Amino acid sequence: MAYIPHTEDERQAMLAAVGVRSLDDLYQAVPAAVRFPDLELPEAVSELEVMEELQALSEANLDARHTVCFLGAGAYNHFVPSVVDHILRRGEFYTAYTPYQPEVSQGTLQAIFEYQSLICNLTGMDVSNASHYDGATALAEAAILAYNHHRGKRSKIVLSPGIHPHYRQTVRTYMQGMGLNLVGDAALGNDSAALAGLLDSDTLMVAVQYPDFFGRIEDFTALGKAAHAVGALLCVCVNPLALGLLKPPAEFDADIVVGDGQPLGIPMSFGGPSLGHFTVKKEFVRKMAGRLVGETVDGRGQRGFVLTLSTREQHIKREKATSNICTNVALMALASAVYLSAMGKRGLRQVAELCYHKAHYAAEQIGGLKGYTLWNRGEFFHEFAVRCPRPVADVNRFLLDECGILGGYDLGQDYPELRDHMLIAVTEMNSKEQIDDLVAGLKEVAHV
Amino acid sequence: MSEPLIYDLSAPGRPGVPLPAPDVPAAGLPKGLVRKDLPLPELSEIDVVRHFVRLSQLNHSIDTGFYPLGSCTMKYNPKVNEDAARLPGFAFSHPLQDPETAQGNLALMYSLQEWLCEIGGFAGISLQPAAGAHGELTGILIIRAYHQARGDARRTKILIPNSAHGTNPATTAMSGMQVVELPSDARGNVDLAALRAACDDTVAGLMLTNPNTLGLFEEHVQEVVEQIHACGGLVYGDGANMNALLGVVRPGDLGIDVMHYNLHKTFSTPHGGGGPGSGPVGVCEKLVDFLPGPIVEVIEAGDEDEAPLFGLVMPAQSIGRVKAFHGHFGMLVRAYTYIRMQGKAGMRAIADHAVLNANYVRARLRGTYHVPYDRICMHEFVAEGRWAEAPDIRALDVAKRLMDFGFHPPTNYFPLIVHEALMIEPTESESKQVLDAFAEVMLRIAEEARTNPDILHSAPHVTPVGRLDEVKAAKDLVLCCRPAELGEPAKRG
Repeated sequence: MAYIPHTEDERQAMLAAVGVRSLDDLYQAVPAAVRFPDLELPEAVSELEVMEELQALSEANLDARHTVCFLGAGAYNHFVPSVVDHILRRGEFYTAYTPYQPEVSQGTLQAIFEYQSLICNLTGMDVSNASHYDGATALAEAAILAYNHHRGKRSKIVLSPGIHPHYRQTVRTYMQGMGLNLVGDAALGNDSAALAGLLDSDTLMVAVQYPDFFGRIEDFTALGKAAHAVGALLCVCVNPLALGLLKPPAEFDADIVVGDGQPLGIPMSFGGPSLGHFTVKKEFVRKMAGRLVGETVDGRGQRGFVLTLSTREQHIKREKATSNICTNVALMALASAVYLSAMGKRGLRQVAELCYHKAHYAAEQIGGLKGYTLWNRGEFFHEFAVRCPRPVADVNRFLLDECGILGGYDLGQDYPELRDHMLIAVTEMNSKEQIDDLVAGLKEVAHV
Repeated sequence: MSEPLIYDLSAPGRPGVPLPAPDVPAAGLPKGLVRKDLPLPELSEIDVVRHFVRLSQLNHSIDTGFYPLGSCTMKYNPKVNEDAARLPGFAFSHPLQDPETAQGNLALMYSLQEWLCEIGGFAGISLQPAAGAHGELTGILIIRAYHQARGDARRTKILIPNSAHGTNPATTAMSGMQVVELPSDARGNVDLAALRAACDDTVAGLMLTNPNTLGLFEEHVQEVVEQIHACGGLVYGDGANMNALLGVVRPGDLGIDVMHYNLHKTFSTPHGGGGPGSGPVGVCEKLVDFLPGPIVEVIEAGDEDEAPLFGLVMPAQSIGRVKAFHGHFGMLVRAYTYIRMQGKAGMRAIADHAVLNANYVRARLRGTYHVPYDRICMHEFVAEGRWAEAPDIRALDVAKRLMDFGFHPPTNYFPLIVHEALMIEPTESESKQVLDAFAEVMLRIAEEARTNPDILHSAPHVTPVGRLDEVKAAKDLVLCCRPAELGEPAKRG
């Protein structure tokens, strides 16, 4: 059997030491009527065979290595330098457990401390946790933090319609037992001013996305002021890669900044695993969910790192804990720490600018096509919506069949007002030639 | 010498990874929204590689040594899994691309759904939850939604044995339900009398870890399940300890209504230093409609020539999404690879050898370490790290001393119902030689506890750092470092 090292002699010697005659005898406590089911599973195959099978399955997909990709909507096709995966493949990192024993876990602990530092410096926030599952669950945990901050006495959450639909759905799933009122996202037209109008003394949090689901960027300083005036918290959900160029949300006086770190060195992998960022102002550190690594010293005065403030967490506080989270996505946090270190100050800015300029070039070209209307009005980052002359599904089928292009996201799925609107993402992976091919394809499909 | 921080290795202007020059005209940058400073480090690639490789060398890991960490199932993480998850068709597919262009992914997910249902005895499953605790939250929300859909809003209590993982009560609170703790009996099972007294029409369900956190199979599991069902509640199974049950018993056959799996424990996906995990949730027939979606289903049946067409479907009364997209797909690929290579016979073999290994270590240690519930255990057992003859020695000292011999310590101080607990789970991956070497060291440490307690108190001696000042960490709260000014070291704060 693969990965089980026992010889028959060893098995017999071990059974004798335990004092039983057979392996079956180890299970006397299991009810006999349901013991040893005959599982309907396929027979085992070898490594050689399983890789043939997986190769075939993987090749039954289209992927961004073999097809030009303009699809984003929360998962993005970015360049990942080779160094990232080489570090992730270190067995010392990926086969370690959560660093509960700091003396033999300094590698993981220091890497997480550096991740926390990089994310704090990128967002401008005071404290980052060791990671959350993804952007959606980080946003849901932000709502729980805000709820607890108000000791359960406030019941309204204002959500921007520009937050990723999956994230808003996840917040609703998490909060369904809490009797809360989630408002603001039903009308697509609810801009910052409209959201500010919904704030009142029962509001625990207002959440926005930056850049939003449609790629739009704006300054949320006024919304933050309005939220603070009624005692509500401002939560900004970010694409961290955009912060290579854009003003950090701490400058809007955000109380909580969450986001999805997939763009920072993590492959799309059909949507997961990704990386949830979770950062707060210092005053909320004791209310935040998840693990935190802090610096300290050992008995010899050497610097070292430990998990800290664990009195917030489930294994100590049980039902009084800030969250039930324990396993997070530490290895993905490592990926983004390596990515940010390798790209550095200049690299991240360059990537963000490449995305920005290419997306603006694409928007200008597409906006000039007959039959297409750019939906975005103000500033945007690397994603924009465009109204198509035909249903998005038809446009995408044409782009794929005729041009080998994976087209944009059909916004009509989530926003009835945006029927026939496509969300297009452009990254540093898209050359001018690819953008021109997309434009040509869109032009052609309008006339088919 | 400690490894410098990444910011301490930075030098202004040092070039990092080169990128292509822009091939489109520059657009005007957004007014008032461009950041002034980007406080990231500046390093060359070799700096980055050396830094992180040196950090990796400060870790204990499964790949470098025995890791008998109870309740975590630190089994071998097969290398082929890593290659499988990185196949370009998996790694570079987009979660929102047309499902017709992702049929390989959906076929894999569909098979995994079927296999996990079969292994656990469930009617339906969602692969979406990202970790065990996330699966728990999903499961309790499903139980809540089931009662609500029946118009039975009175049921707000979740019964939880006192031996349970801390996630169980935390999950219950997050779901807006109330925790009622149940005591254990003298043999480490749920106390049936206390259970009977707690059962009424306000009980939504019970969370049961089986084998429990003492590593013992609940001897009264059928009575416990019947009691809960009789009062109208549902039983949630914490699948953290599923490794002992593979091919031995299906939780669904025991009457468990909903359970999460930990793919990162039972099905060999790596722990990654604390994730990513994956926590699929299986349910019985009457809960299938409440699962979080999307679920993979066959949209058009296939035949001899044509593969079936798979699609993503949201169950009718779904509690909703529990995260973005479709779950930790990369972990699903690894678990698929593992189950495929183990096959039908392999499932039982995994449990057999995990249980044999735990009992073998228990047999070797039981005369020296007190095992409070000393009977045939499942995949792990709990010993006490204390002796009347060595009054100053605690479980923590034993744990730290083990590091000097190259072993990762067992889980300590859990479960809370055992004093000075040392929870030992060897897993099926380890040979008799490794277990013997570990047992010898454990016996030696017990001897040292009596004859040379100081060597335990001052342990570990050979690790990169000694025991760390956790009080200082919590008091000073240095949780990040800021980039250095020219010539200054990085600032903490």
